[in-house]
Amino acid sequence: MRIGVFICKCGTNIAKTVDTEAVARKALEYPDVVYATDYMYTCSEPGQEEIREAITKHRLQGVVVAACTPRMHEPTFRRAVEKAGLNRYMFEQANIREHVSWVNNDRESNTLKAMDLVHMAVEKLRLNHPLFSSKVPINKRVLVIGGGVAGIQAALDCSEGGLDVVMVEREATIGGKMAKLDKTFPTIDCSSCILGPKMVDISQKENISLHAYSEIESVSGYIGNFKVKIRKKATYVDWNACTGCGECTQKCPSKKTHDKFNEGLGSTTAINIPFPQAIPKRARINAESCLYLTKGKCRKCEKVCPADAIRFDMEDEIITEEVGAIVVATGYDMFDYSVYGEYGGGRYPDVITSLQYERILSASGPYGGHIVRPSDGREPKDIVFLSCVGSRDASVGRPYCSGVCCMYIAKQAIITRDHLPDCNCYVSYMDIRSPGKNYDEFVRRAQEEYGINYIRGRVGKIYPKGNRLIVQGVDTLMGVQMDIEADLVVLATGLEASDGARELAEKLRISYDQYGWYMESHPKLRPVETNTAGVYLAGVCQGPKDIPASVAQGSAAAAKVLVLFSRDTIETDPQVAFVNERVCISCGKCIEVCPFGAIQWKTLRDGSQKAEVLPTVCQGCGLCNATCPPKAVQLQHCTDDQILAEVNAVCE
Amino acid sequence: MISETGTQREKEIKIIGFLCNWCSYGGADTAGVCRFKQPTDLRIIRIPCTGRMDPLFVVKALIYGADGVLVSGCHPKDCHYAVGNLYARRRMELLKRFLPFIGIDTNRFRYTWVSASEGQLWQQVVTEFSEEIHRLGPNAGLNEKMDAETALSLFNTK
Repeated sequence: MRIGVFICKCGTNIAKTVDTEAVARKALEYPDVVYATDYMYTCSEPGQEEIREAITKHRLQGVVVAACTPRMHEPTFRRAVEKAGLNRYMFEQANIREHVSWVNNDRESNTLKAMDLVHMAVEKLRLNHPLFSSKVPINKRVLVIGGGVAGIQAALDCSEGGLDVVMVEREATIGGKMAKLDKTFPTIDCSSCILGPKMVDISQKENISLHAYSEIESVSGYIGNFKVKIRKKATYVDWNACTGCGECTQKCPSKKTHDKFNEGLGSTTAINIPFPQAIPKRARINAESCLYLTKGKCRKCEKVCPADAIRFDMEDEIITEEVGAIVVATGYDMFDYSVYGEYGGGRYPDVITSLQYERILSASGPYGGHIVRPSDGREPKDIVFLSCVGSRDASVGRPYCSGVCCMYIAKQAIITRDHLPDCNCYVSYMDIRSPGKNYDEFVRRAQEEYGINYIRGRVGKIYPKGNRLIVQGVDTLMGVQMDIEADLVVLATGLEASDGARELAEKLRISYDQYGWYMESHPKLRPVETNTAGVYLAGVCQGPKDIPASVAQGSAAAAKVLVLFSRDTIETDPQVAFVNERVCISCGKCIEVCPFGAIQWKTLRDGSQKAEVLPTVCQGCGLCNATCPPKAVQLQHCTDDQILAEVNAVCE
Repeated sequence: MISETGTQREKEIKIIGFLCNWCSYGGADTAGVCRFKQPTDLRIIRIPCTGRMDPLFVVKALIYGADGVLVSGCHPKDCHYAVGNLYARRRMELLKRFLPFIGIDTNRFRYTWVSASEGQLWQQVVTEFSEEIHRLGPNAGLNEKMDAETALSLFNTK
């Protein structure tokens, strides 16, 4: 084989701590290497052109590029060698930036390490063979997990693009957190007025099928052809029959049920519809508080239901949907305010979360939009908003900024002053973070136009005095202690990964970070892709963000799905396992271990059975290769010989 | 210049890392992007999944003369291929107990789980393992003549 080696300087990123010239010179000593050079930016157009020219001029049969991580530019260089007539798999990349020049400054050691890595790549390349992809058809349906604003946007865009959409929502209604909000910053437009029509669209589009009160049970398959099992949880109401008239909720005697939609403020009935604009507007029985399901007596709802929709014997049902792509938009949960014991969240009824305050402000909320205290229904005269409750605090495991709290505090304070002009609003903040179009202006308005008292500092303690609360802390700008008597304290609780986010990630085989936020494929350039092909992200499940950013990501994810589905087939990765029938001893171990069912028995002409890999199903993990006793199964492009050749290159 | 010192440095410690493409290789990239400084002894081989790891790769590397072998993949339950790292975990655990029988110090081999976001953890793993191998010194391989006491001590590891 005639091999060419190209060492990238990456400007000074590599050249600063690696002697690229020496590495190129050394490369010429490695077997089969006929050409070696270094270049300023190998990934640039002239850099790629240089590779192509060298391939022609030196009749190269294989190319090694030593540059950044192959996770970044392997596709770029594969295309480059392909353009020059080589098979795209006659290419290897040595990572001398992320793994060498960026992690140590010792030029001499780095150079030796880079030489080793190039040597390993050359030895591996010598055993490469041209590989060719095959094509499989794409199932042009998309699954959207999560019916918040990001999921809704993704689903509607996909639907507009002519795709069949399956939406799965864990709660009994779509709308997510945004449906609970009263108004949105920085325009103070009504949340349900802008979200409502989109929710209705979801229910009315013929190509969207909505599974509310359902969860993902399991996911199998791969890009273009996923098989998803969905658990439709028992609602004890036949939603095909239910009309959402609400007759049952009037008569239900179990009136002390936890009202999840109202964040636990007030209570609801055991059979309930989450809120008037719910989509689907269907009743559901809460099995934990239903008198019949817990004590065996009642069945009032069954008697009054004009549609005969009540089904007390209903059980969870598992259905299977086949889709070609998945958009994950599972959103977030609020930080548990009781973690800060000194604030008394959960102990004092008038210390509430910001989302509870949204429900208080909302006209469809438990108090009909009147700002009153949960404890005694009195109008508050002084309200304190506390920022960063569960944000930017490593001591509670939340060192990140939740990004939206500064803005929603300003919004809530402005609305408060609109409703109750005599009410004093105080905001205790660490810093104000308001980047975004018209955001800082909005906070300024809160301070200047609405006269909201911003106090920089940190609250240390909240305790009751009579029927009011004393908020004690420090004003760091004045350098004095701060004691404010308040009627109501709103904790700006931060965002955290939603309950079950990790388990779902494991089902989808996508990664998450230490806080449970899903990992995008590249933090800047691939913000809605995941490392699992065909699975895309939208909204807060990827990290804290506000509504405009969530909507943008929803649309972006939909665009990615539409791009994928713009073709009828998808090229499979040919780096798959292959069975050498003459070596196979028919033990069947590979068939047993394959996580994808990609290996099956094949009967030869003499009647003997041998293992056979289905190249379009194989995902190239190599588990069979490691398992096979006689090593008859080899993962192409990563064979035992190739790995050992790399080992040898290091040890030589 | 390099070749001069190269000869002198030929006995530099060499550690081979087998990293799964999806988690630990990405974690090592993340460490690089964040400029988390690490010792230079490690040479990384990219494999699709730790499930691809034949325990013999480790043995052969140590016999060929590598001074240490580090295997790293996705955290259990977070495997890109669902279960590959669970197979790897069993195999690597078994291998660990087997190494002393051929006269190799178990401390020369380590397996660990580092996700693509854990650059800092990766820095820590590489630094600690490199220090450990430097403490053990170069690997004499199977040629090492060993007295009975040393040979037995290989079995008394954590």
